[in-house]
This record gives sequence, structure tokens and C-alpha cells, in this order.
Amino acid sequence: MRVLVALLAVLALVVVGWAGAGLPWVTGIVVPGVAFAVFVVGFVVRVIRWGRSPVPFNITSVAGQQASLPWIDRSPLDSPKNGFEAALRVAADVLLFRPLFRNTRTKRGHDRHPVYVPERLLWAAALVFHYALLVVILRHLRFFLEPPPPLVGAIDWWDGFFQLTTPVLYMTDVLLVAALVFLLGRRLVDRGLRYLSLPADYFPLFLLLGVALSGLYMRHLGKVDLIAVKELALGLATFQPRVPAGLDAAVFVHLVLVSVLVAYIPWSKLMHMGGIFLSPTRTLANDSRRRRHVNPWNPQVAVHTYAEWEDEFRDKLVAAGYPLDTAPAAAPAATSAPSSESVHA
Amino acid sequence: MYDKGKILTGLVLFVAIVAFPFWWSLASGAEVRVPDIAKPAGETQCLEDAETMRREHMQLLATWRDDVVRLRQRIHTTPDGRQYRKSLTGTCLQCHTDKAASCDRCHDYLDVAPYCWDCHVATGER
Ligand code: HEC
Ligand code: HEC
Ligand code: HEC
Repeated sequence: MRVLVALLAVLALVVVGWAGAGLPWVTGIVVPGVAFAVFVVGFVVRVIRWGRSPVPFNITSVAGQQASLPWIDRSPLDSPKNGFEAALRVAADVLLFRPLFRNTRTKRGHDRHPVYVPERLLWAAALVFHYALLVVILRHLRFFLEPPPPLVGAIDWWDGFFQLTTPVLYMTDVLLVAALVFLLGRRLVDRGLRYLSLPADYFPLFLLLGVALSGLYMRHLGKVDLIAVKELALGLATFQPRVPAGLDAAVFVHLVLVSVLVAYIPWSKLMHMGGIFLSPTRTLANDSRRRRHVNPWNPQVAVHTYAEWEDEFRDKLVAAGYPLDTAPAAAPAATSAPSSESVHA
Repeated sequence: MYDKGKILTGLVLFVAIVAFPFWWSLASGAEVRVPDIAKPAGETQCLEDAETMRREHMQLLATWRDDVVRLRQRIHTTPDGRQYRKSLTGTCLQCHTDKAASCDRCHDYLDVAPYCWDCHVATGER
């Protein structure tokens, strides 16, 4: 059911895009423009809101030995001791998806005891998906920049290295779709995961699949007029919008899907792209034993320290023969120099 | 806000990255333009209508190649009955004599780099 809701939503968007081909100015210019604005403004607002929410405690998550005595081995990435090491940890999370790499699965061992085995498929699929998407996005720059920068051409060449089919099939396209199918299948096949998954989990997957498949369709089957596509894209990038003749319906389907995806980011789990940098559990250093963290909204409490208390009742304490922290001779009223030896005598 | 400096720097970077095509185009003064493709002199029509050719010439060439190399079928008949030898250099470039001003100009616009010329010559001779 929850799968169907998400699938139907994406199919509805496909229909909207297809029908939207009749209103090229709206679907080709206004929708992408608004979507981009929503994306940027929504993203910034969300990050600023996170930045302003209080972090009362040092809640860093730790998965290794913290820095203590010099002869005790420590793990800088799993228990960063300062901001720099915390930044390294975030970099490893963002670039290598280290947390996913540590996933384990519980299996029943031969003597029926649970054993934990590494579960790295999710890590591999996630890594492949994200990097393939990055390459795909970079490749699209050829539509938005005139002249296209040489770097984009180089990426294009390497991506089409195997020179299969004409026009060449990009490796990243294949990897992207394969990874998405895996990520979707994982949620559908595993009973536990299926129980946990919501439409909001399926929707981005279907949407991304829709984007990828419409793109592949345009390149390999539909044969859209790319000159017209570039004219449209250049018009958007240079703020001189135009709608060239000869744009196919597939282009508008692709555009609507991408627009919805981009505008959906700030309001959804896809916002993890910004959230990772504002997660106190990942970005804070594990230094709570070396630095005092004060809850910023602690009320100002009037404190009366022991030293002050002792001064206040000095006469009475001396009279009663109590041992004092500060010897009477060193007390503020006295004139002679304090002697540290006499303190705890 | 905690770490105001870092968060704002991050946001500025984010906006700069996602808006890259916009500021790049503004900075480089890019204009919307379409490539100016040289039409073959003295000819009036391509193998099929220009619209179809523009979209599907790569597929046509791929089919030609397979036909010639694998099936030894060397003759192409256009929808209106004209016959041509299935040849990249020997047919396409006989009409589109100025490769740089026709094929290349359009390909450069879209950053397409057909690898065919690694082997095939473009001079019009075989
Ligand atoms: C109207 C613009 C235009 C003209 C003119 C043009 N092409 Fe293309 N060509 C393209 C586009 C766009 C592609 C890429 C299609 C794609 O990426 O889906 C392409 C792709 C190709 C490919 C496949 C490249 C690959 O990497 O798979 C070949 C081969 C090709 N063109 C040959 C030619 C030849 C030969 C000429 C000159 C007779 C020519 N083209 C003229 C626009 C053009
Ligand atoms: C008989 C001469 C002739 C041959 C052979 C020929 N062309 Fe053309 N081609 C033309 C003419 C003339 C035009 C312009 C047609 C027009 O604008 O209506 C053209 C247009 C095109 C266009 C569209 C350009 C545009 O402005 O959109 C492409 C792409 C193209 N040819 C590629 C090829 C390829 C690839 C081959 C080989 C498979 C080929 N042509 C063979 C004469 C030829
Ligand atoms: C590795 C070298 C090589 C590359 C790269 C190459 N070809 Fe060829 N091609 C050949 C050879 C060899 C033949 C056979 C020539 C013959 O039998 O007449 C051939 C034949 C052809 C033919 C039919 C014969 C003729 O005269 O053109 C076509 C069409 C063709 N290739 C198109 C292409 C296209 C399009 C590309 C780029 C997508 C391409 N080729 C890339 C080597 C290559």
C-alpha cells in the first residue's frame, strides 16, 4: 500500500509533465525556476533553523577509545579529540559513508548463538548511487554552460569508456539505475524493512528512478532534439528564458520530475545532505572530560563557595577548633604570609 | 546560533555550488545561442528530413556500420527511394564536405565527441 502511494504519486507526476508539454512556458521555465528557488531558500532556512536550535550537552556519538593517556591506543575517527578530528570524521562519513560500512547483520551461529556478520551491500549500493548521481549531475553541465568546460568533456569520455551502443551508454547511468533498483528492492524484499518503510521512503526512490529512466529514454530511445534542449537550458542559466520549438514531451516529463525532486529536498529525508554537517552527534569532539560544556540556558544560580562560607564563619570555626582550608594566618584579615604546609595539618 | 561563522560559510559555499551555472554564465557573459551549421552546398535534402537526421543520425550510422561490417549490406535506400552507399566518409562527408563547420560545430555545442574519427578519415577520400 505504502509502496503504491509513492509509485502512483510519481506516475501522476509523469502524466503532469507529459500534459505540461502543452504549456511549455510553465513546465519548461516557471516550474524549474520555482523549484530551484524553493530548493535553495528551503535548504538555507532549514540549516539556519538547525543552527539556532540549542545544543545543551556534548552529545557526540562515540565508537572507540577516547584520547586519554599517551600509551593507550585511541581511535581519532571514532572518538575525535578536537574539532579537526571531528571534521575528519564528518569527511569520512560524507565521502566514504563510513557508518554504513560498519553495518552488521545478526545470524544464528552453528550452536544457535547469534553471530554478527558484516553487511556491506547497503554501503556499496549507497556509495555507487551517490557517486553515480554526482557524475550524472556534472555531465549535465554540458547543457547549461556555453562553451562546455573541458572537464565535462573529460568526464563524458571516461564515463563512456566502454563505447557500448551509439550514442555511447554511460557507465554511471547503468550503475545509478542498478543501485536504485537494489535500494528499492531491499525495502521491498526484507520483511522488517518493509514494515518500517513509509511512502516518504519509497517516493524519492521512485522519483529518482523516474528521472533516470526518462533520461535514458531520451538519450537512447526517444532521441530528443538536444539542440533544443540546450537552448532551453542555456536560457535558464543565463536568465534569458526561451522555449525553442521541437522540445519533446519526454523533456518536460524529465523536467517536472527533476523539479519536484529538487523542491522536495528541503522538506524531506533528502535533507540529510545538509543535515550531516549539523548533527551534533557527528560534528562535536569527544572532549567533555577536558573542556567544560555549559548549557547555554542554565539560569544564573547564586553560588556560595566553600571558601566564601569559611570566610563567613571563620571566627566560629576557629573557636570550635575546626580544620580549615585556609589557615587563619592567611585569611584576608591576617597580615602574615600564608604557609601552605599548615593548611591541612 | 552556534558556530555562526562555520554554518554561514557552509551556506555560502552551498549556494555558490548549486548556483554555479548561473554565476558562471553571468561572469562569462554567455548568451543563448544555437550553433550555426553549414548546409551542404548544391544539395537540398539529406537522407531523411532534417528533423529526423538531427535526432537520429547517430543511430543511422550505427546501423550502417553493423550492416556493412556484419551483414555486408552496403546499399542504403532512403524513404523516398534514393540509393546511397552506406559509408561514413564516403557518403555523409561527400555532401557535408566541411566537417568542421557542420558535424563538429554541432557536436562541440553539446560537447559530443564521436570516437569514429579515431579510425575513419574525414577528408572525403578513402
Ligand atoms: C544538429 C546538430 C548535429 C549535426 C549537424 C551533427 N550531429 Fe552528430 N550528434 C549530434 C548530437 C546532439 C549527438 C549526441 C546524441 C546523444 O548524445 O544522444 C550526436 C552524436 C553523433 C554520433 C554518435 C556519438 C556517440 O558518442 O555515440 C555520431 C557518430 C555522429 N553524431 C556523427 C555525425 C556526423 C558524421 C555528422 C556530420 C555529417 C554529424 N553527426 C552532424 C548532433 C549533430
Ligand atoms: C545528398 C547529400 C547528403 C548526404 C549524403 C548526407 N546529407 Fe546530411 N544533410 C544534407 C542537406 C542538404 C541537409 C540540410 C537539410 C535541410 O536543412 O533541410 C542535411 C542536414 C543534415 C543534418 C541536420 C542539420 C541541421 O541543421 O539540423 C544532419 C545531422 C545531417 N545532415 C547528418 C548527415 C549524416 C550523418 C549523413 C550520413 C549518414 C548525411 N547527413 C548524409 C545533405 C546530405
Ligand atoms: C577501431 C576503429 C574504428 C572506429 C573507432 C570506428 N570504425 Fe567504423 N569502421 C572501421 C572499419 C575497419 C570498417 C570497415 C571498413 C569497410 O569494410 O569498408 C568500418 C566501417 C564503418 C562503416 C561502413 C563503411 C564505411 O565506409 O563507412 C560505417 C558507416 C562506420 N564504420 C561507422 C562508424 C561510426 C559511426 C563510428 C563511431 C561511432 C565508427 N565507425 C568508429 C573502423 C572503425
